Amino acid sequence: MSDPLAGGRLPAAYMVPGTSSFADFLAGQAPDLLPSRRSLPPGQAADLAPHGTTIVAATFPDGVVMAGDRRATMGNVIAQRDIEKVFPADEFSVVGIAGSAGLAVEMVRLFQTELEHYEKIEGITLSMAGKANRLAALIRSNLGMAMQGLAVVPLFAGFDHATGGGRIFSYDVTGGRYEETAFHSVGSGSLFARGALKKLYRDDLSESDCVLAIVQALYDAADDDSATGGPDLTRRIFPVVHVITADGGRRVPDAEVADLADRMIAGRMTRPDGPQAGLS
Amino acid sequence: MSMPFYVSPEQLMKDRADYARKGIARGRSVVAVHFADGVLFVSENPSQALHKVSEIYDRIAFAAVGRYNEFENLRIAGVRLADMRGYSYDRRDVTGRGLANAYAQTLGTIFSSGGEKPYEVELFVAEIGDDVADDQIYRLTYDGQVADVQRYGVMGGAADVVAGYLEERYTEGASLEDAVRLAVSALGHTEEGDRVIPAEDLEVAVLDRTRSQPRKFVRVTPSRLGRLLGERGPSEPNPESEAEHMAVPADGPESPPSPSPVVERGDDEPPVAPPS
Repeated sequence: MSDPLAGGRLPAAYMVPGTSSFADFLAGQAPDLLPSRRSLPPGQAADLAPHGTTIVAATFPDGVVMAGDRRATMGNVIAQRDIEKVFPADEFSVVGIAGSAGLAVEMVRLFQTELEHYEKIEGITLSMAGKANRLAALIRSNLGMAMQGLAVVPLFAGFDHATGGGRIFSYDVTGGRYEETAFHSVGSGSLFARGALKKLYRDDLSESDCVLAIVQALYDAADDDSATGGPDLTRRIFPVVHVITADGGRRVPDAEVADLADRMIAGRMTRPDGPQAGLS
Repeated sequence: MSMPFYVSPEQLMKDRADYARKGIARGRSVVAVHFADGVLFVSENPSQALHKVSEIYDRIAFAAVGRYNEFENLRIAGVRLADMRGYSYDRRDVTGRGLANAYAQTLGTIFSSGGEKPYEVELFVAEIGDDVADDQIYRLTYDGQVADVQRYGVMGGAADVVAGYLEERYTEGASLEDAVRLAVSALGHTEEGDRVIPAEDLEVAVLDRTRSQPRKFVRVTPSRLGRLLGERGPSEPNPESEAEHMAVPADGPESPPSPSPVVERGDDEPPVAPPS
């Protein structure tokens, strides 16, 4: 980054009213800071960096819950066992990431700054759909790298004051944005997590039951997907869980998640496949 | 061949300073006060949309008097500079000192360059730390001078009168409630007498270190302000604002040039288009 004050004063471009988008401002002033402006040499780069795995989100009557496991993998190696993949995007939304971890974390930082920047300049927050669309634009600009194996696929969720409930958005690498109802999951273990949630989810779950259902789904993902980490009982590493309601978002304290995980594991000691759904 | 007029540099600078000072004196005052949990800003500003006090970054806030379009440009530049710094380094690397420095250089360059008119603005840049000793308020004048503000600071039209009132009554380590009451009654104080400013005409914001979120800036909502101020007796709007209301047609697209005491806005009509 060149020093903006090198000219002895704030550059004219800083003083011009106009864009409220931080990403657009960066594109004009410091394009090298944008992940999408980097060109890679041809070839596959997928094995160079760690990959994040399973993220699960589900709505409940008062809001939405998102959780992620703690594993990052590089091929057959566990690159990190306590990585965090769910981040608050602003006070009323969270974003969880699957795919190339380094790029994804950078994209989350850009997205967080983008939302805060808009809020400060305009004096009002973006609508929930507006936030979801901004994230889609950031992903779309990463398409070139995604084609070389460095894909980033986030899951976005938040509380929408306009509709009075939680909303979940999923994405594809081309920036396609899809609103999901009730629950959704992304990443390598997502198929198993979604299958588990199909049997566990009800739309009248309380907040703590919704968190428990998600922790169960993450366990099922870890059970069948080698790249998803289960609860680490010896090191006491448990999923990162965020809950968002009309009052804002909070990360569920580790002690609370540990309690839930211990209860779940006690149940699985007698029935390893987890709670049983009725047949009809 | 024409003979250019000779104007001495002293005279030139004095003229520019007088020009800027006059513009600033037309606006209403903004007060910044150190209190136990951070820094409090209060101004009399009937507009709900056009703020004089704003958030710049996690622990940094900005307050201004003078010409709205000029300080709004400076505010946006500050937000961009802070977000750029925070994004390329880390959130903790964005400091009030750096920002005050950038503003000082910018205002100083504009003031002394012949090509631009001097900005008719004065700014506060405030930053809070982990305790009172680390809190900092910088005051920047139209010519780029920076001063550290201890205890309290006032800028704008009736700055001297308001500052005199605060000088007599300010106490260190006050609670938010006491600080708000003091600042509001100081703004209502004139040499002719004291008046109670209606709560809806007040813009109050705080940098509050007790907030759990990383962003410490918060606007005090009308209901919270009502509770903080308590019972104050019948309120009187600013007598000057009556004149302003009459000078500005309610449906006029722009306020006409008038000798009204405040040039920065008509109450209902923002001088800039609201964000769409």
